[in-house]
Amino acid sequence: MTIRFLALVVAFAALATVPYWMPGVYYINVASQILFYAIFALGLNVLVGYAGLVSLGHAGLFGVAAYAAGYMLQLGFGHPLAILVALVIGVASMAIYAALSLRSTGIGFIMITLALGEILWGLAYRWISLTGGDNGLSLKSRPELFGFSMSDVNTFYYASLVIFMLSLAAMTVFVRSPLGAALMGTRDQPRRMNALGYHVWAIRFYACLFSGLLTSISAILFVYYTQFISPQTLALTASAEVLLMVISGGAGTLLGPIVGATLVVVVKTVVSGFIERWNFLLGAIFVAIVILMPEGLVPGTARLWRLAWRQRERGASVTPGSAEAKP
Amino acid sequence: MSRKITRRKFMAGTAAGAAAATFRFPAPAIAQAAPFKLGLLTVKTGPLAQGGIQMEQGIVTFLKEKNYTFAGRKVEFISADTGGNPAGTKTKAQELIERDKVDTIVGPLAAFELLAITDYIAQQKTPCLSLAAAEDMTQRRPNPYFLRASATSSQAMHPMADFAAKELKLKRIITISEDFAFGYEQMGGFQQTFEDNGGRIVNKLWPPIVTPDYTPYLAQIQDVDGVCQGFAGSNPLRFLKQYAAAGLKYPVVTGETGGDDALLRSFGDEAIGLYSCCPYTLDLDTPSNKRFVAAMNKEYSVDPGFYCAGLYVNGMVVEAGLQKTGGKSDDKAELMKAMKAVTLTDTPRGPIKFDHLGNVIGDFYVRHLEKANGKLINKTVKTYHNVSQFWTYDEKKFLEQPVYSRNYPPLKS
Repeated sequence: MTIRFLALVVAFAALATVPYWMPGVYYINVASQILFYAIFALGLNVLVGYAGLVSLGHAGLFGVAAYAAGYMLQLGFGHPLAILVALVIGVASMAIYAALSLRSTGIGFIMITLALGEILWGLAYRWISLTGGDNGLSLKSRPELFGFSMSDVNTFYYASLVIFMLSLAAMTVFVRSPLGAALMGTRDQPRRMNALGYHVWAIRFYACLFSGLLTSISAILFVYYTQFISPQTLALTASAEVLLMVISGGAGTLLGPIVGATLVVVVKTVVSGFIERWNFLLGAIFVAIVILMPEGLVPGTARLWRLAWRQRERGASVTPGSAEAKP
Repeated sequence: MSRKITRRKFMAGTAAGAAAATFRFPAPAIAQAAPFKLGLLTVKTGPLAQGGIQMEQGIVTFLKEKNYTFAGRKVEFISADTGGNPAGTKTKAQELIERDKVDTIVGPLAAFELLAITDYIAQQKTPCLSLAAAEDMTQRRPNPYFLRASATSSQAMHPMADFAAKELKLKRIITISEDFAFGYEQMGGFQQTFEDNGGRIVNKLWPPIVTPDYTPYLAQIQDVDGVCQGFAGSNPLRFLKQYAAAGLKYPVVTGETGGDDALLRSFGDEAIGLYSCCPYTLDLDTPSNKRFVAAMNKEYSVDPGFYCAGLYVNGMVVEAGLQKTGGKSDDKAELMKAMKAVTLTDTPRGPIKFDHLGNVIGDFYVRHLEKANGKLINKTVKTYHNVSQFWTYDEKKFLEQPVYSRNYPPLKS
């Protein structure tokens, strides 16, 4: 427990001082990207990891919130209202998503979310008066926060960090809450939960809303970061990418999606500068993860760590000379 | 103890080996009086990769020819793969500008990539020379740090329509192009000029970008004199193949992406007869084009197309601009001004200069696809000199009308 606590403190200190030890502005921007993609992955993890519902349409939701923010700003509304409306629309879209897709689970759920995501992609592409078609929407500025302009790289990073920490805290509280426990119950034993008097559908629906909220938050950060939104953001590949973040890091764990997001963003942005075939590398890493640690990087590493620890303890407890006695 | 290689060990080893094999260390910067840093944004992975790789070949060919020296300054070349999506392009533009501190960017390839970074490059005051054809970048939303030495989407289609109406004497045409902004802008330009010359666009078809089978669209092509296609990437190949297979014989006209010289090696006889209008043509008889084609043939054993030539010409513009400033690139506004004022008389695409919005005024070539000595060639049949992005229209009037779109100009009923 203490080691864990220490590690968390070190990690937090490292995150809080990123602008001071990163070699340049570019890497601080990469760190900001990791943070908002991590929030996105956390949001998807609510469904994939804790509810056992795999969604392949989350990029569509992400896009809806991002477009909502972009469109509001284009209409001339202020940043606070744009953010608020984006959150409301993002969560409301998730509610519609959930109402349609929670009719089933498993493959059915995947296919319905996939279809909904594609519909939103098609809308973004075709509803040109609203979305600008594939020329996208540009945002003129980032908001000011307590007198600090978010156009500044460090300010943006810290804002992302604060929002990320809040999201992570919310996630932790959610997982440990009775609702979180009930959600995991519906994942493992939906029938039994039903028999115990839980409203399985409602529990899943609330989880969806929470997932939608986190997704919308990350989408708003994303759209302020890139100051541009186009239909590619809603594409199926984007949904698959965030799903890979969750699965590679470890679905159903708090830290897994964060590790997964870090892995994907770093390979996509930093490593791709050195390796031409970075897609191949990313694929190879995923294959390696699936073979070596099918449960994901975080639980997998924890398992190996425990294994090594146990072996060391066992090795220490065995007195010298008695090794041959072992079968 | 057995030394058996387990599956896990094997996989781990393979993955590590593969990672190591693909790892390319960045070339160390040569310690010398600050080199000029030239960044390339291109697409090397995904469906747009073919054009993106040709872009890199084009600029590298030019740099090699100049021995990596512009105006007496060493040129450091940094290439970045955007992955063909807007968010990736933004990140890579940041990498080039903020980390590598490039003086000028060439690329990106696609309109949506450019649109994602246009505000950013203006804000960072980094000159950008792109092939992306989005009209409004040099029309209704001009960016002072943007130059386009290739063409706007419709710049080649205006002369193509003029040729189709006046020389080919076509009267009724159906257009077919991918369902995205580049397609709309191409076909809009064609329609406007064609109808101004007495022609008539009967219908406009918009298959999605990924369309395995064009049959439903081909079935709608009837009772016309010709077809105007605006496909890009590898779609022209599949379209013309299916067009011929469907037994359609109407003459086909197209723009720079639909009849690009780089496609010739993949075309079959079904493409014979295709008319295309392009800002670059392989058979242009100028010293610099001969040099360029010879270098491309030697280095990559391919005939260059529009993407290669575009980047080669971009390189020439950067060099000429740098010569004007005496090799100085610290003041980006000055450098940009110098590049915008560049007039080149001999480039692989002929003489070029820029208008006040940063778009090229240059020659456009109408070519006829033929077979000579068993090889497909694009033979130039007419050259339109000094074509501007506004064609023969008045600039003010042109800018007052909306940008060409799916529904503009509307079909005449």
